[in-house]
Amino acid sequence: MDNNNSGPRVVAFLCHWCTYTGADLAGTTRLEYPVGIRIIHLMCSGAIDVVYVLKALLDGADGVLIGGCHPGDCHYQTGNLKARRRIALLRNILQTLGLEQERVRLRWISASEGRLFAETVRQYNSNLESMGKNPFADEWDV
Amino acid sequence: MKKIGVFVCWCGSNIAGSVDVDQAVAGALKLDGVTHAEHYVYMCSDPGQQKIKDAIAEKKLDGVVVACCSPRMHENTFRKAAGSVGLNPYLLEIANIREQCSWVHPDNKPAATAKAISIIEGTLDKVSQNLPLETITINLTKRVCVVGGGIAGIMAALDLADAGYDVIIIEREPAIGGHTAQISTTFPYFQEISELLDKKRAQVHEHPHITVYLSSEVEALEGYVGNFKVTIRTQPRFVDHANCTNCGKCLDVCPVLVPDEFNRGLTRRGAVFRLNRDDERQLPVIGRRDCLHFNEGTKDGCGLCADVCPEAAIDLGAISSTQEESVGAVVMATGYDLYSPANLPEYGGGKIPDVVDAMAFERMLDPKGPTGGKILRPSDGEVPKSVVFIQCAGSRDPERHKAYCSRACCMYTAKQARLYRQQVEDGTAYISYMDIRSDSRDFEEFVQKGMEEEHLLYIRGRVAKVFEEGDLLKVLTADTLSGHALEIEADLVVLALAMEPASGIHDLVKKMNVTVDGDGFLTEAHIKLYPVESSTKGVFLAGCAQSPKDITDTVSQALATAGKIQTMFANETLIADPLIAEVQTDICSGCGICIETCPYGARVMNEYTGISVVNQAVCQGCGACVAACPNKACELINSTTKQLFRVIDDFARRA
Ligand SMILES: Cc1cc2nc3c(=O)[nH]c(=O)nc-3n(C[C@H](O)[C@H](O)[C@H](O)COP(=O)(O)OP(=O)(O)OC[C@H]3O[C@@H](n4cnc5c(N)ncnc54)[C@H](O)[C@@H]3O)c2cc1C
Ligand code: SF4
Ligand code: FES
Repeated sequence: MDNNNSGPRVVAFLCHWCTYTGADLAGTTRLEYPVGIRIIHLMCSGAIDVVYVLKALLDGADGVLIGGCHPGDCHYQTGNLKARRRIALLRNILQTLGLEQERVRLRWISASEGRLFAETVRQYNSNLESMGKNPFADEWDV
Repeated sequence: MKKIGVFVCWCGSNIAGSVDVDQAVAGALKLDGVTHAEHYVYMCSDPGQQKIKDAIAEKKLDGVVVACCSPRMHENTFRKAAGSVGLNPYLLEIANIREQCSWVHPDNKPAATAKAISIIEGTLDKVSQNLPLETITINLTKRVCVVGGGIAGIMAALDLADAGYDVIIIEREPAIGGHTAQISTTFPYFQEISELLDKKRAQVHEHPHITVYLSSEVEALEGYVGNFKVTIRTQPRFVDHANCTNCGKCLDVCPVLVPDEFNRGLTRRGAVFRLNRDDERQLPVIGRRDCLHFNEGTKDGCGLCADVCPEAAIDLGAISSTQEESVGAVVMATGYDLYSPANLPEYGGGKIPDVVDAMAFERMLDPKGPTGGKILRPSDGEVPKSVVFIQCAGSRDPERHKAYCSRACCMYTAKQARLYRQQVEDGTAYISYMDIRSDSRDFEEFVQKGMEEEHLLYIRGRVAKVFEEGDLLKVLTADTLSGHALEIEADLVVLALAMEPASGIHDLVKKMNVTVDGDGFLTEAHIKLYPVESSTKGVFLAGCAQSPKDITDTVSQALATAGKIQTMFANETLIADPLIAEVQTDICSGCGICIETCPYGARVMNEYTGISVVNQAVCQGCGACVAACPNKACELINSTTKQLFRVIDDFARRA
């Protein structure tokens, strides 16, 4: 039902306490960004499991964005650092899938950084545009 | 098959301006499980909520998606409405199509509408697998344990006890009062603190709701918020105060002489001593560490005190005892210790007799203290005519000492130097400083007055060395404002030593399951929003244990803590969110990784089944264990992997 020309598809996993709220703030301040992003709410970036990221990529998402609190600000102490470790490892193995590391991105964006959120999405979108479609996506084009 | 209702809000033109709500409803109706969909101009208004309630009742909906503003706005509103007509509130979810759709895609209605429908779809797939949940009720013991009986612990305890709650204070010294007991007058008003403190101490001891455990420490803490069990170990004082008449014979006969820590080594005391040495009313106690009866080489010897005691009140055979108390909340108020002067050999710390620390100087200022309030140098008892105060001794020196600022030193140094100049009119007071931090009410004025009226000589720079040359004591420094090296002859040097967390803090925090920063100061749950809560629910912080501060800030924090606990105690039970972790017992292999991962200690191994269980009262639902579990045996309730996979499926595909 989505129109095909909506550009890169990004699945975003955003922490409740910071980036999800930052994304809300981007809306409240009416900052425009590309329409291809879909946001999934997590309580903490530390809840991000690599299988969620892999699942999104294998399902054809062009990119996966994970948003957490700045180091030291995690509501649950160190969830964001756990996420950072996990995502760093994941990015190392992405190549074996034939995917660019840059398709997975972890960013610290606080609840007050709506502008940074919008800017991040815009930039990521144009990076993904130049990377081209996720090769796995074609497998679903019937 | 579930019967789900979808309610699309226009939010006036906020949503309807860029999302076609007719199409959104039409799109929703095509989705699996949707048996009802409608839109309305303001869903959160009373008539809007009524529409949801009516539909739930009439269409027997067992799940609801409200497509509207962020769940942070109205999730509660709608869940309440659903609950009022018998739908479990946790079966309603919000599709955020305003902040995260219509407002950020204002100029592309077809794309924004398609996106709104896809957000609805994802939310729908989640809610259709949600479980109905009830909030978790936790028992609440309305008693408080305060660890540390300094001014922080005293003030928190009194406030809570006045509110009617039983409080126990655990103090490891034989008396309460902490460092405030060593201080004579305070900045910025030269106010006597000892009388105020004595009054507070008396109130504590007389209070029907306060029990004080002296010479005691926490041996163990078990349980969780509302339901802690604290084990207290009390060391004997070897003097039976019920029989002691305070005749003082034991004090005279004890052969031991050790530097008296209360007077910071300005005087000596025996192994049997009065804790507040200058207070004749205080009953003697025996310090095990110094007593010959307990020491290698002289073990089981001496006993002279027992021999002379006319009341047979001395019992060198007394042993430590333990006690258990049930409490609902804990206050950590263990305060600070001063950085050891021995760490500052360049300043002659611990070696040169006329280099004293600021607390020793504080004792000299006390009219009831070892010098009767006179400032005298330790080496020969003469009045010092030139005193050099060295600020930041051990603070703000990341390379060699502490990186942080100890916060009270600028002000107490100004206080001490002013009092010195008021006492010794022909004396000179030099103050070596890096910056003057005088950032509270009347602080700046207090320092300025010192410069104008007491002619304090502030020298900006860091002292390089304090050394003896013949009979002379010299201070080598540089005035960084003029760029000149300076050598000052001093009769007395006073070190404003850094404050560091009380000794033993690392052992203690392990028992209490709370976190500390790299320096050992307790960390709060959130520096801005939860400043007196620790990382563990039900454990609170107050005073210098959290970071160096003055008495004003210490007391403010202690009262804030007491207030927070009273808020918690205003309810009969505690209520916790059921959106927490859950273990699938048939999958869990008992590897224990979750136990390591959980920042709250909410995971425990069941010894019989070998399976990790979740303590519902402690879990905060962060999901760290879910991501860490190698077997996928834990899940967050209502955000399970299965649910997330469905949502990812919905969201990942472009078309
Ligand atoms: C030289 C000097 C002068 C000062 N002058 C002033 C002034 O003029 N005005 C001002 O506002 N502030 C002044 N201060 C600061 C003041 O001392 C502190 O703000 C205040 O004492 C902090 O109180 P507290 O209760 O947090 O800590 P503390 O006074 O350190 O009390 C902590 C208590 O906890 C106990 N404890 C520690 N560990 C344990 C344990 N594991 N188990 C049980 N009990 C434990 C300790 O024995 C102690 O009784 C001065 C400080 C110094 C060093
Ligand atoms: S969800 Fe977080 S708080 Fe709850 S048990 Fe898991 S790791 Fe601990
Ligand atoms: S709470 Fe935001 S990353 Fe942990």
